[in-house]
Amino acid sequence: MSKLNPMLFTNDVEQKPTRHGYGEGLLELGEKNPKVVVLTGDLAESTRVLDFGKKYPDRFFECGVAEQNMTGIAAGLAAAGKIPFISSYAVFSPGRAWDQVRVSVCYSNLNVKIAGAHTGVSVGPDGATHQALEDIAITRVLPNMTVIVPCDAIETKKCTLAAASRPGPVYFRFAREKTPIITTPETPFEIGKAEVFFESGHDVAIVACGPLVYQSLIAAKELEGEGIKVTVVNNHTVKPMDTAAIMKVASDCGAIVTVEEHQIMGGMGSAVAEVLAQNYPVPLEFVGMPNTFGESGQPEELLEKYGMSVKFIKEAVKKVILRKGTRQ
Amino acid sequence: MLTDSQIQQLELKANEIRQDIIKMLLAAGSGHSAGPLGMADVFTALYFGEVLNFDPKDPWKEDRDRVILSNGHICPVWYPTLAHAGFFPKEELMTLRKINSRLQGHPHYRELPGVENTGGPLGQGMSQAIGQALAIRMDVAAGKLPIGERMPWVYCLMSDAELQEGQNWEAIMFAGKNNLHNLTAVIDRNNIQIDGFTEDVMPIEPLADKFKAFNWSIIEVDGHNIREIVDAFNKAMAIFENPTVIIAHTIPGKGVDFMDWNPAWHGKPPDKDESVKALAQLRTLGGKIRSEYE
Repeated sequence: MSKLNPMLFTNDVEQKPTRHGYGEGLLELGEKNPKVVVLTGDLAESTRVLDFGKKYPDRFFECGVAEQNMTGIAAGLAAAGKIPFISSYAVFSPGRAWDQVRVSVCYSNLNVKIAGAHTGVSVGPDGATHQALEDIAITRVLPNMTVIVPCDAIETKKCTLAAASRPGPVYFRFAREKTPIITTPETPFEIGKAEVFFESGHDVAIVACGPLVYQSLIAAKELEGEGIKVTVVNNHTVKPMDTAAIMKVASDCGAIVTVEEHQIMGGMGSAVAEVLAQNYPVPLEFVGMPNTFGESGQPEELLEKYGMSVKFIKEAVKKVILRKGTRQ
Repeated sequence: MLTDSQIQQLELKANEIRQDIIKMLLAAGSGHSAGPLGMADVFTALYFGEVLNFDPKDPWKEDRDRVILSNGHICPVWYPTLAHAGFFPKEELMTLRKINSRLQGHPHYRELPGVENTGGPLGQGMSQAIGQALAIRMDVAAGKLPIGERMPWVYCLMSDAELQEGQNWEAIMFAGKNNLHNLTAVIDRNNIQIDGFTEDVMPIEPLADKFKAFNWSIIEVDGHNIREIVDAFNKAMAIFENPTVIIAHTIPGKGVDFMDWNPAWHGKPPDKDESVKALAQLRTLGGKIRSEYE
């Protein structure tokens, strides 16, 4: 089991937006790798690339409010040997620029890294237009693409560094608001390798990604007190998925709940379902956005209203247990 | 400055490429006729008019010039040009659009030597070309790119109607702002598109004024006058202030009288009889070019 933040289950757990880890990772890459270049579409501060731009102005390109062009420029830069990171809100990139991601980037298998900020309903007051809930679906369907959902700022930094070393297109997404620090700098992170973050037993496995890994851990801890033993997996890489890890928890626990801040259709849970259906079918419940758009509100209120809070994760666990052994 | 005899050789080369286009399209049974025929002279001028720095034996050499084809559907002119330039065997041309072929219906990045981009879905090439031009500029500034007499250049070949795609204007704005002088766009101003004449479907005029407003230099040429085209490429290379657009006025289907100016030929190949007729016309034209310079 991975070593986590010792303060994790306390009220004093440090909170930080995942996107900050992106900015920190880029600064480190700027130093280490002269091929790394950064592009943004009028969102330098908010996507945390401003510091890179100040430190490495020759490797920083402000593209204005023009994500399709930004994506194509990144493809050209990558074809000429650079490692471009393009930075915007996920609703715009990859959202608006999906055709460019498909044709200019993925079909050519170019080394473009797409950082999508402001994902999930927890974007909050900005409302549904800016809450990316479809980005995992539209990226994981593209051949050659790697899709990663880091769970906290520390993991986002590791993910940024790992993305630069991985050939080919990579998409990774951030949340907007501060979320708890779950991991430590020493917690292992490898693209394509899921990590067990909690294990009180094998009644049910919660397979989660992104900041909702925290809610999943809290749910698991509370369920332990109620006598339900849960394994929590941080399934940060949606593609290529760690099939072996998913099959192992399916075999150990015999029931799975997936948790993500994304539409249930086409998201990480759907990808888990594909693995299970082909290899090891067990009862499966999905916690995620139930085929609806979000709205304005506070992040916690929205997670509650749309069924992604601790309460709903626990309910899903209890529901899936009832289905165990009934061949439903 | 090219001699008359060199120009004659280029005209004959363009004529051979046009014949290849007809043969390839007949063998493929699908594909676009008018655009490729219309751009044969521009492609010939670029590859054989002492403009482009390329080496078919070392197709990805670092200091090469880059050709980005944005309107990938006119690849039936790019492929034979590349084959004539020695990038791959001419015999392979007849595999166009067939299974297991490197000659995809729309070009795929590096599937063939000399193919620098994936193109087809319109509006995407200019952005890719900008990325290449920026990378070259960075590498030259950092002293990382061995350059001979001049900076490696990026050519973006594109259609007129694809300027209806908004992405182009994002890209044109970016290139203008960044004074990307090692980028030359060539617009195939043939005035047709699938649904009819460009100015009826969705007008793009005043085209030159639009580019001027975005801080580009503009050169207009007769897209079938090889000397004029070569001169325009050389002139663009001497402009250091900003990117250049060459608006090449072409006749879609040029060289085959029943295809000339006819939007119906935008997206279809000739059948057997039509290709026999087309090839006969092109051979006659070739004879005429030979006799004219004698």
